[in-house]
Amino acid sequence: MDLTYSTKHQELQAEIRAFIEAEGHRSPKFGGGRNRPDQQALDWQGLLLERGYFARTVPTEYGGHGAEPDVLETAIIADEFSRAGISPGLLDVGNLIVVPSLLDLGSEAQCARWVRPTLTGETIWCIGNSEPGSGSDMANAQTKAVAVGDDFVINGQKIWTSGAHYADMMFLLCRTEAEAPKHKGLSYLLVPMDTDGIEVRPLVTMTERPEFNETFLTDVRVPMDQIVMGRGDGWKVAIASLKHERVMLGDPNKQLQRLHGIREMMRETVIDGVAVMDLPEYRDRLLRLQAEVLAAKFHNMRLLTLHDRGEEPGIPGLIQKLYGTTLNHKLSALAIDVLGEAGLPYEPHEFGENDPATAWQIDYMYDIGLIIGGGTSQIQKNIISERGLGMPREPKAVVPPARS
Amino acid sequence: MEFGLSEDQRLIEQSLRGHLADAVDLDLIRRLAADKGGFDADLWAGLCELGLPGLLVAEAHGGTGLGMLEAAVAAEALGYSAAPTPFVGACVMAPLAVSLAGGEEQRRHWLPAIAAGEVRLAVGAGALAGATGTAELSLSGAHLSGRLTGLLDGGGASHALVYLADGRAAIVALDADGVALSARPSLDRTRPLADLDLDDAEAVLLDGADDAPAVARRVLDAGRLMLAADTLGAGQCMIDQAVDYAGQRVQFERVIASYQAVKHMCAEMVANLEPCRSLVWYAAHVQDLDDEAERRVLACLAKAHLAEVGREVARTATEVHGGMGFTDLMGLHFWFKRISYDRQVLGGPERCRQDAARAQGWLAA
Repeated sequence: MDLTYSTKHQELQAEIRAFIEAEGHRSPKFGGGRNRPDQQALDWQGLLLERGYFARTVPTEYGGHGAEPDVLETAIIADEFSRAGISPGLLDVGNLIVVPSLLDLGSEAQCARWVRPTLTGETIWCIGNSEPGSGSDMANAQTKAVAVGDDFVINGQKIWTSGAHYADMMFLLCRTEAEAPKHKGLSYLLVPMDTDGIEVRPLVTMTERPEFNETFLTDVRVPMDQIVMGRGDGWKVAIASLKHERVMLGDPNKQLQRLHGIREMMRETVIDGVAVMDLPEYRDRLLRLQAEVLAAKFHNMRLLTLHDRGEEPGIPGLIQKLYGTTLNHKLSALAIDVLGEAGLPYEPHEFGENDPATAWQIDYMYDIGLIIGGGTSQIQKNIISERGLGMPREPKAVVPPARS
Repeated sequence: MEFGLSEDQRLIEQSLRGHLADAVDLDLIRRLAADKGGFDADLWAGLCELGLPGLLVAEAHGGTGLGMLEAAVAAEALGYSAAPTPFVGACVMAPLAVSLAGGEEQRRHWLPAIAAGEVRLAVGAGALAGATGTAELSLSGAHLSGRLTGLLDGGGASHALVYLADGRAAIVALDADGVALSARPSLDRTRPLADLDLDDAEAVLLDGADDAPAVARRVLDAGRLMLAADTLGAGQCMIDQAVDYAGQRVQFERVIASYQAVKHMCAEMVANLEPCRSLVWYAAHVQDLDDEAERRVLACLAKAHLAEVGREVARTATEVHGGMGFTDLMGLHFWFKRISYDRQVLGGPERCRQDAARAQGWLAA
């Protein structure tokens, strides 16, 4: 265990603290990101990119900072921003899932074309994985793409496409090889959302906001070279990109920020003349969650070290999504309990919330969406028990024939 | 930066785990449980050869001068094998107390004997840890009188280290006049608690600490952290046993490990326990640093959190075993009781969380 910072790391930490001190007031409110970034968020993103506090290891030719991968640098930056309650930049699916997937598996031309505008927030992505008939069983995707001339022609339907109503591009899973076995017939295509034949129907969620969509694709044409890797490699891309998604959903810095927010709220909220923090029932819950959040934080540091050493993480790498999303929901549950009756006014807007009651209620519900999305908790438990513990798969039950 | 065990620490872990795998089996645990003494001379001798009692003792005094992370790794290994041996009090709290609160002369006298495993100290810290038992000691000159219940590591002890309510520590020899240590029938039969009665007994008051209460807190935190690490190991072993059993037990012509109901129980245990490992490592790491508040917060949160997760794991792993888990036949209950012991001594989770709240200014002092 060596948690000491080298001179280089101490300097980076001091530099970031100075940056936050000088420029932190320009940060947009953290926790948005369910909509297109506004001008303030775009300006902030530009500043972070310029300083190398975002996309630090992305090659410079693609708009990044070009730094050597350094686990600790990444952690220092995340920690300092988190501690100061400052936005760490655009943590959207484009930056968290598409960019790392393209850098790992995409062609040079694809990286050159899409990475930079995604970093700057100019290009917003949505992910077209789930379909009405393939949720947890993602490899069962039935949306078809047929080669016609130099194009793929796509037909099918996607569901739960977060952000499709304002996205510029879709990272689309579809079946290009009709004859191939289930997992070998899939491909990922990069599809501009303004292509003819795409219809997006907002799906209003329990938060009353249209956070998801149904996306219908009818004879949508995409040039052949907008395929990630080769034809039939879609499942490999899916596995790689889902890993990024699951890490995103279990981000411990977000949990630390929430914990700090709840702590402040408990100091300020008064019940019968007593600050909530001084009521032992509430305080004990906060401390329980503090231990869970810290465990998540250190677990993440352990994973970063394993990653840095080039070791396979095994079981520790499989639990983050389940642990993180469950913990998020416990945090928002405490927050709304602290607010009590004052937590019931509810006025969701299309563009972010300013009142804490609405914001926490949305989190409290949205967190359930995240527990379900990106591979449900049940799927996560299958993954942990099968891949991690070597327990056998459930035998297949025969689907009964449809009644005539 | 490296977050994890070093090469040396992994070697220590491997050699101890290897030794325990040979030295501790269910027969030994059952024999010690029936005996109720909590001490096996052969097992202790083996652990002494591996240097366990001298782990935290400075090299100048005959130990290996290692740190709390190594001690936590050892505690985890002992918990994993449910080793029926003194450790938390005798090998961690006592040497730490003497090292930090003993005068130079006292350190030179006690530490080599502790490191050699010859002086074995039971530890009574109830006065500091929110004990629900009795902690009534009075000091008159260099003589102690009164009653102290719930001492750790009474099994095979030659001496007892006791804490006064003001944070001062004293050592009494168990064979001295006016000293009576009695083992109490305890839930964890492999680590029975003991009660100490003192009647004008001669005591050595540790006299080297500038701030005795601060040292006492540090010793208590070290003990709490070791109990957390012990639960981590014991919980991991219960999960391993549950997964193993589920892979063999057949019902309705299927191993029960193929039922999602069973798999998901195992996955939940793993998902909750695995992050605890990093929490324990980090908490151990900061115990050797100067930040008192950080030491306290992490030790208390680790103790409390492992108590909660340990309880869930102990229950769930028992359930995965079905009726067999409830019987005495498989001996799974030794780990179950070990986790209960770890939870309840030196302050339960509510008390530990309260201490953590106070240490970070969340609670009016």
